Amino acid sequence: MVFKVYFPSCCASAESGLLIGRWIPEQNSAVVLAVVHFPFIPGQVKQYLSEVQRVTQVNMSVLGSWSNSKQEKQKSLDKFLEDLSTIFSHEPWIQLSKERDSKVWSCCTFQKHPSIPKEDEFILVYYDQRKVMLSQLHPPDNLTTSAGHKRDDASKLTAVFDTVVKSKVLFMTDRYDDGPIKLTHWQSEGVEASIIVELMKQASVPVCMLLTFLLSLVSSVCKSRVLKFWPLSFIWSKLSTCEQLGHRLEHLQIISSNRKAQNQTQLMRFCVKANIFVSLFIDMALGILLMSWLYRENRIGQLADTLIPVADHIAEELQDLLQWLMGVPAGLKMNRALDQVLGRFFLYHIHLWISYIDLMSPFIEMILWYVGLSACLGLTVALSILSDIIALLTFHIYCFYVYGARLYCLKIYGLSSLWRLFRGKKWNVLRQRVDSCSYDLDQLFIGTLLFTILLFLLPTTALYYLVFTLLRLLVVIVQGLIHLLVDLIDSLPFYSVILRLCRSYRLAAGVKFRVLEQKAGKPLRLLMQINPLSYGSVVQTYRLPTYACYPKDSWSSLCKKLFVGELIYPWKHKGEKQD
Amino acid sequence: MLSAGPGGGSMEEGVYYRAVSGGRIALQRRQHSASCREFSVRCPRLQLRSLSAATCSVWLVAYGLFVLSQNSMVLSAAIFITLIGLIVYLHFVKIDQESLLVIGSLGIQMTSAYASGKESTTFIEMNQVKDVVINEAIYMQKVIYYLCILLQDPLEPHRVSEVVPLFQSSKPRLDCLVEVYRSCQEILEQRKTETSPEL
Repeated sequence: MVFKVYFPSCCASAESGLLIGRWIPEQNSAVVLAVVHFPFIPGQVKQYLSEVQRVTQVNMSVLGSWSNSKQEKQKSLDKFLEDLSTIFSHEPWIQLSKERDSKVWSCCTFQKHPSIPKEDEFILVYYDQRKVMLSQLHPPDNLTTSAGHKRDDASKLTAVFDTVVKSKVLFMTDRYDDGPIKLTHWQSEGVEASIIVELMKQASVPVCMLLTFLLSLVSSVCKSRVLKFWPLSFIWSKLSTCEQLGHRLEHLQIISSNRKAQNQTQLMRFCVKANIFVSLFIDMALGILLMSWLYRENRIGQLADTLIPVADHIAEELQDLLQWLMGVPAGLKMNRALDQVLGRFFLYHIHLWISYIDLMSPFIEMILWYVGLSACLGLTVALSILSDIIALLTFHIYCFYVYGARLYCLKIYGLSSLWRLFRGKKWNVLRQRVDSCSYDLDQLFIGTLLFTILLFLLPTTALYYLVFTLLRLLVVIVQGLIHLLVDLIDSLPFYSVILRLCRSYRLAAGVKFRVLEQKAGKPLRLLMQINPLSYGSVVQTYRLPTYACYPKDSWSSLCKKLFVGELIYPWKHKGEKQD
Repeated sequence: MLSAGPGGGSMEEGVYYRAVSGGRIALQRRQHSASCREFSVRCPRLQLRSLSAATCSVWLVAYGLFVLSQNSMVLSAAIFITLIGLIVYLHFVKIDQESLLVIGSLGIQMTSAYASGKESTTFIEMNQVKDVVINEAIYMQKVIYYLCILLQDPLEPHRVSEVVPLFQSSKPRLDCLVEVYRSCQEILEQRKTETSPEL
């Protein structure tokens, strides 16, 4: 029979006394929680234990005796300890003893009715009570099912951790309290507490209530009917700034709410709120830093002064590009008439755009100045505004892309349909397949004519489509990078990472054992330490949910869409309706 | 009073074997008690040859770029890259020693010690361990043997839920694996004899 005794390392230097804790019969293991010192009255000890058992729901009892003899072994003390086993009947009765100046301990048990006479083997596992109490095992195991029965196959270590955590009440008395019983445990030198933590706990309740009130006001304003009219709601959904602000509003609501989520322990819930809080704090700190840098030395004015020339420069570059396409681009010979039509059409658009920019130029500085103030709401908001400004400035590229893509798409569909006619086949809409069909002579004649025209006009349209698609993809990639950065700041769990850095025992992936000095014939001694979670798992477990932008299509479907001429929207936002 | 000693009541054996790659590895077995055994495999050390070859090639390339571009930043960048690369290699890649600690009624613990002193540990509880076996695998053009732990879900004991390979960096050959396998099986059999008479 192998007996395991989990002994707290803080009690290793305690005076002789009784061991109290929990006996787990399925695992043949005893979890020692504290040591009761002499003198005590057995009746009072039993009463105290039953009170603690009622409060903590942990099956606590006197497990055995502990003797830490400073002098030579005393026979009388042994007899006394044996007699104690008759007073506190517990099966089996464990006797731990440690001699002075000796590192190895001895352990034996008394069993009133030994079932099978076998050699007992003992394993002594030392654990740090404070760390085991404060740590949280990942993944969190819910030991009790809905019926309240404990699962038989529950992890052994979770049972040990659970026992220590639930016995919190036992550790609330220290040795300066005047009680009938003197205990030794991790807080017996003095109960640990922190003034800052207590003050923050007291202050958090009114702050949360105020925050909830303010947030309900803001969200009622946002949800009002005035802002739901069609043009406004369309604009709100397209601007990434509004999405980011709404996201942050949700985060604030999570902090101030008291909802208890399923499958999450207290530490995890606290971590979620703390992560959001630290993320908001860092965001605002960086935003204010950015703002102080921007508003110094009139940088806003400089930015506004360079913005208009940059927009003009882009428009001029586009005009040069179109002139190049209207000529002999890359040595290819274009169809002159179509080339001129398309080129002039796009040039007229650019002319409209340049005049629009010139109209806006006096107001740009003022607009930028006020918009820059919103950077104090956070760096993520500033980056979202930047992304929106880029989208607005390159709106003409988007329009050109749409025109080119639609034209090209029409051409491709026309070509494929007429190609089928050329071979004598037809697309059967009812059966969704290609069927053979006999055409009239004039149908064949016109069809072939149109097919030839479309085929020879294909290179021109394809070139315009290619050029504008590349430009559009460039803009999309830049916007995607900005959104990636915003996402990173939004979702990174800063508090959990700092906790893992400073107090690594709070986030435990498991335990690890170290074998201590052994002596033949004495029980095996192991030191149980907390194995902290790796940084990757910390980030993965505590990641804040975001409206992440991730690629909607795989590479192959993206290429197919590009080839056919369908409009691509490479970044899909979570929660957007599928097109 | 709680300290880990190197010796103390256990048998030590340092035997040399060969790894799959041909390098020399050392197996050390210690028996701490009747149901607790530890096996440590020490990997071949970092060779001075390979270190010098890597450093020289990086610096030759850097010097070539310097001659082309006449920019001394290239040389300092090369030194920086060499240092950072060496530190990253020693801390994250090069494993010095892998050990397996089998404790009869508690579980199995695997530790990897890196060249920089970092240790990464994994502990698997005994109720999750189904068996320890030697498996074959096809690795490039060779067939190699590796020791692995078969895990089971306590709710479904007849299914193997996961396979955890052991000694992945040192890759000992079959003779060394057989020694470790026999010792492990002696301890695992003890737990079977423990549970059955009680039923």
